[in-house]
Amino acid sequence: MRAVIETTAMDVLMVRLFDTIAESNMAWIMAADQALRQTFGEMLIDLVPSYTTLMVHYDCLRLEHGEAHGRIRQALEHLRPADTQAGERHEIPVWYDESVGPELHRVAERAGIGIDELIRRHCDHDYCVFALGFAPGYGFMGLVDEELATPRLETPRRRVAAGSVGIADRQTAVYPLVSPGGWNILGRTAVPLFESARRGNPLFVPGDRVRFTSVPRAEFEAQGGDTTPLEERQ
Amino acid sequence: MTSSLPAGMKVVQAGPLALVEDGGRLGVRHLGVTQGGAADWVSFYWSNWLLGNPLNSTALEVVVGGGLVLEAECAARLALTGADLDATLDDEPLLPGASFAVRPGQRLTFRQPREGLRAYLAFPGGLEAPQVLGSASTTPRERLGGLHEDGRPLTVGDRLTWRGAPAVERHLPPGSTVWLPGSDCRLELVAGAQIGVFTGASLYAAFNARWRVDDRADRMGVRLLGPGLASHASSMISEGIPLGAVQVPPDGQPIVLLNDRQTIGGYPRLGALTPLAAARLAQCLPGQEVRLVATSRARALAEHRRVLGRFR
Repeated sequence: MRAVIETTAMDVLMVRLFDTIAESNMAWIMAADQALRQTFGEMLIDLVPSYTTLMVHYDCLRLEHGEAHGRIRQALEHLRPADTQAGERHEIPVWYDESVGPELHRVAERAGIGIDELIRRHCDHDYCVFALGFAPGYGFMGLVDEELATPRLETPRRRVAAGSVGIADRQTAVYPLVSPGGWNILGRTAVPLFESARRGNPLFVPGDRVRFTSVPRAEFEAQGGDTTPLEERQ
Repeated sequence: MTSSLPAGMKVVQAGPLALVEDGGRLGVRHLGVTQGGAADWVSFYWSNWLLGNPLNSTALEVVVGGGLVLEAECAARLALTGADLDATLDDEPLLPGASFAVRPGQRLTFRQPREGLRAYLAFPGGLEAPQVLGSASTTPRERLGGLHEDGRPLTVGDRLTWRGAPAVERHLPPGSTVWLPGSDCRLELVAGAQIGVFTGASLYAAFNARWRVDDRADRMGVRLLGPGLASHASSMISEGIPLGAVQVPPDGQPIVLLNDRQTIGGYPRLGALTPLAAARLAQCLPGQEVRLVATSRARALAEHRRVLGRFR
């Protein structure tokens, strides 16, 4: 791991740890996250970890640029990878159905498999939460089976229902609330992600592991799921 | 309405967009929650300064105006700064940049922009509004903040109440009103490390072209129209996005990201506007011509400190 510190804005530095996305990055990103929080203390305004980077927004009125640089170096100096098994494991029940998952067909067809096989493969391993972003509690997870990798829709939907589970390339995610979006939607979960996010305790945090499970409509409804179909195109 | 209601103002007509804002929702971007806060923070600070409030006190950001009507239920001193939205108190014109007294029954009306886009209305001691993740900032897309904690902009029937106390009568120091963009709007930009992915011709164009503010502009981001900028990387691995980031999607037209931007993204960036330039851009109407001007981080910080030094 070779850390690069880049100027990103007047009061923002980017710590770049990796060049490519890999699950093994997470142990280092999480460790750096902790170390940076500790070293900056109340001089930290915001810290945004992502797949390969951590963005450090510091209080430039109280902390000199050189000092900020120094603190980053110091935080990274004796970094040891964090324990990735310490992350929580979540099971997210999903109702996979074309009414709420209009791209089931598209993704299956591209992969040359049936819809049942697609669902089985989406559910057959744990995904790592790489980053939160886009919306409160929106977790970017991966990596999706290479054969299922499907690019985003050419024209994003104006409204994707809350709880929608989607795929974009080798990433998968759940929309915590209604929003525009261009991911390939496969199904829907009744688990309330947004409520936990707005209280400051998002269900997922980076480093957590998520396993999707397939549930029938009756179970989805019993969990409080909304069966309103998702428009195929808008 | 009975006399037992607490004193405040009621929203008689809503207008297109009026938002309860403060200094922003800080320390939560790692949760995917946007920064929010007053987009033109300089005018916002002045509105609070005029009343002797702490500078980050919760105030109202009135975008465009467009028929927002507020009716006073009690006597109070308020302050208006930022854009000139052709505001009146009953029938008297109300110019931004001063505090003014309202009497019960008087109506404050915002019409159309004459200069600038966002007006700030401050209240004695700041507005009363619930804190969501440490801030009252309204972010409609995230359904967070505002009077009802659900990200809803002001709606007919809403009531604005304030904390009360500091309502000193102050006057803006000379020079502080010359803030709005004007005909030659320069936006200072601190170059980012990714600037090297742009072609030489694109960099020349970026800093020499006249850019025009597109009508696709809101608190999330503002598109600039002009020569197409080309980079060697069409998209990158998503990473944190700072305030004022100038990102260039494949169509070559830059988008400057403001307060309600997504927390992470993956387009190549020229760099980031200074916080002062971001505030100025937030006041630009569609069609406004702007120029990107390179500055250094140190110069940007010196200018930032100089402006903050005026709020004494």
